[in-house]
Amino acid sequence: MNKIDIKLRDPNKIMKLSRLGSFHQSKLSFLRSFIREFKSWEYKRNIFELDKDGYGVAVYSFEKNKRNYSLICFSQYINPNERSDRVIATKWDAAFVLHDGIPAREDINRLKENVPKQEIGRMSYKELTLSRANKSVRAFDHVVDSLSSGKQPNKDLLSKVGYLYRTTAVYGSGKFGLADRFRIKDRKEIYGPFRLEMMLVYLVRQFTFDQVNHIAQHRNPDKAVRLDENIARNLGIGNSTGLGMAPFIVNHPTLLHKWIYSREKALKEIRSIENVNLHEFNFFKECLVKSKTIIDTWLTDSQYQNKKINSLKTDLVKFDQFLEKDCSIKAKYLWNTIYLWVEKNLNEECIEYIVSMMMEPYDKIIEPLINNMSSDEEKYFSIPGHKKISYLRKILEKKYQSIIKINFKEKNSTANFWFISKNKEEPRVANRYEENGAELEQPLAIARDIKFLYERVLKANESLTVADFLLNNDDLRHVVRRAFIVDQFPYSEIQDNTIGASLIPIDMLRLKLSFFGAVKFDPRSDKWLRINMYQGAPLSHELKSSNDTWVYNSFN
Amino acid sequence: MRSFSEIDTTAKRASKAAGFSWGVAEEIGKSIRSLELFGLPGIINLNNYLKKIKQKHPKKIEKIEKENKTGDKELCPIYSGVAFLDRCLELEKLKSIKFYNVSYPLLMLPFISRASEIMSKKILVQYDNTSFLLNFDKSLFSKNIEKQAPSLTNEVTIEFIENKNSFSEQDWKELYKLSEETFVDESESSKTKAAGAGLTDND
Repeated sequence: MNKIDIKLRDPNKIMKLSRLGSFHQSKLSFLRSFIREFKSWEYKRNIFELDKDGYGVAVYSFEKNKRNYSLICFSQYINPNERSDRVIATKWDAAFVLHDGIPAREDINRLKENVPKQEIGRMSYKELTLSRANKSVRAFDHVVDSLSSGKQPNKDLLSKVGYLYRTTAVYGSGKFGLADRFRIKDRKEIYGPFRLEMMLVYLVRQFTFDQVNHIAQHRNPDKAVRLDENIARNLGIGNSTGLGMAPFIVNHPTLLHKWIYSREKALKEIRSIENVNLHEFNFFKECLVKSKTIIDTWLTDSQYQNKKINSLKTDLVKFDQFLEKDCSIKAKYLWNTIYLWVEKNLNEECIEYIVSMMMEPYDKIIEPLINNMSSDEEKYFSIPGHKKISYLRKILEKKYQSIIKINFKEKNSTANFWFISKNKEEPRVANRYEENGAELEQPLAIARDIKFLYERVLKANESLTVADFLLNNDDLRHVVRRAFIVDQFPYSEIQDNTIGASLIPIDMLRLKLSFFGAVKFDPRSDKWLRINMYQGAPLSHELKSSNDTWVYNSFN
Repeated sequence: MRSFSEIDTTAKRASKAAGFSWGVAEEIGKSIRSLELFGLPGIINLNNYLKKIKQKHPKKIEKIEKENKTGDKELCPIYSGVAFLDRCLELEKLKSIKFYNVSYPLLMLPFISRASEIMSKKILVQYDNTSFLLNFDKSLFSKNIEKQAPSLTNEVTIEFIENKNSFSEQDWKELYKLSEETFVDESESSKTKAAGAGLTDND
């Protein structure tokens, strides 16, 4: 067989929301790349000043080559009726901040006044990320009760929850006075995106284990036992995620491109392997078998998600049969054969599952891609005003093929609008024809505005420059900018209507969360979902000897 | 202290609320961030300007020529700046450009600074007694900058600086000669073993 020329997958297909909303964690995920980068750092619990009920301050740090990052945890008592995962909450069981360096007492005192207040507190350029979390009360209380009475907790109960604490937001990049990304972006250890957010969540997980052990010990010093490490390892950190995440992927087009492009490039390179060796193939199969435990314990009440999970399970049975019967490493370009079969015979949920799995044996392909998943967005911000309208028209016709076919005169095509809520400055989506505020719509109706732009471009003189066109069309400047970005970055644009009646916003959340490395997507409506992070991850003292497939070690 | 990200976002939203389009508001967010990064009073100037235009939104500039004025009306520094930025490559041939009667001229600066990067040319901007040398959007040098930037100036002059050396040939020769003292004289044997040695080039 001659060498075959594998192409990158078509953005018009991959950038559809149903496809993006079927993405799964992979070797590219930020949780996993964080652990690979920081496993060689020195972990330390610097301060642990909690009272008998587990309230107080704790500090954890990573250190290497005289660089330190410290998580400062503040835990407090709150009334059960004050506990809420919603973004409108004002009190949380615990609040966290990642500090650049080792904090002095003055820093801790300053942060104690601000971190628990979250959005209405003020951080400084010395702080990098900010978060808060609530206990999963039934899991937390059960664990403390069990440990203090000398028993290990019930694994079945923990299996249903999967974590002791659930974060409800993780902020970074300049929010509430935190350090701007440009201050730290040249540090090699944080080249991968969201690395400091991932560090925060990892250290929060360790805090939750230390806290339950501490409370149990104080409650019953003679009888208490420590949480079994196998049980702890299989607990992650939960997260409730709402619409705040959705505009992010629209507002950061070049970054979105970098993430998707890395996935697509990895797939292309893997499909281009002529001879797959036995070790690689067996490793793939081993990960696949182990990963099924995640699917079996993926519990949700969401009809939408259950349908997807069932489709995944059915398709994996088909895939196993195909693998057993028709796949041999003697065949050239085995991965390409597998991929083509998967794309032809299975549903999107399973296609993207197999794509993630195919990356597992290939450190050499994945690792160089990780450092290329950030973007210097400013570089691509300026509009090339000297280009002709004919050029802009070609971009629109080539890069937005399906978008420019949408009929926006139909009410269903403009059913929703995105806005920022006044009370918490958070993004929301509402029905344009039933609720107030559409006149304050955010510029997130990209498909509609691209269509408007296309209609005006069709009427404009083709030899006009973009600069001249913008003089009379500056209401569409934001999408002119995007068109020139997508011209360079084909995976930068969602190829769907983000204001249509059939929009499922959680597809946008899932795209981002899959890149984080989250598992067990559990939609609670079409606008928010719960997930689990770091389930199965090595405990802090195990980091140095951990392997990258920890995500499949979970038995929960 | 407000982060630059907060400055960008708030300037963008406030500008949209004041009547600019989202696309222009995005430009303003980046511009104010850039002014503040350079240590210049971006927030103060924008705040005052947006208050000034609250009742009546400024007119857009229709065309940029060597000399730009709109009768007795004031020119909007933002529309002028955006139009300048969009056209910077075609404006280069004009060598210098003047804008008359410009409100809050400091707000024009970041657009011209970005143009300097796009054009790969330094640009000199002058109004009243103040001057700025913009270096490819990487840095700027300012002279006589007042703490409270003016709310109106009669004339903004923009001059494109040709890419040429800031030193004489004599200065260069002297420095080059000194740099030669880091070189080592080559021996005959190393010459014969250097790249290409022993082969004919007529093959």
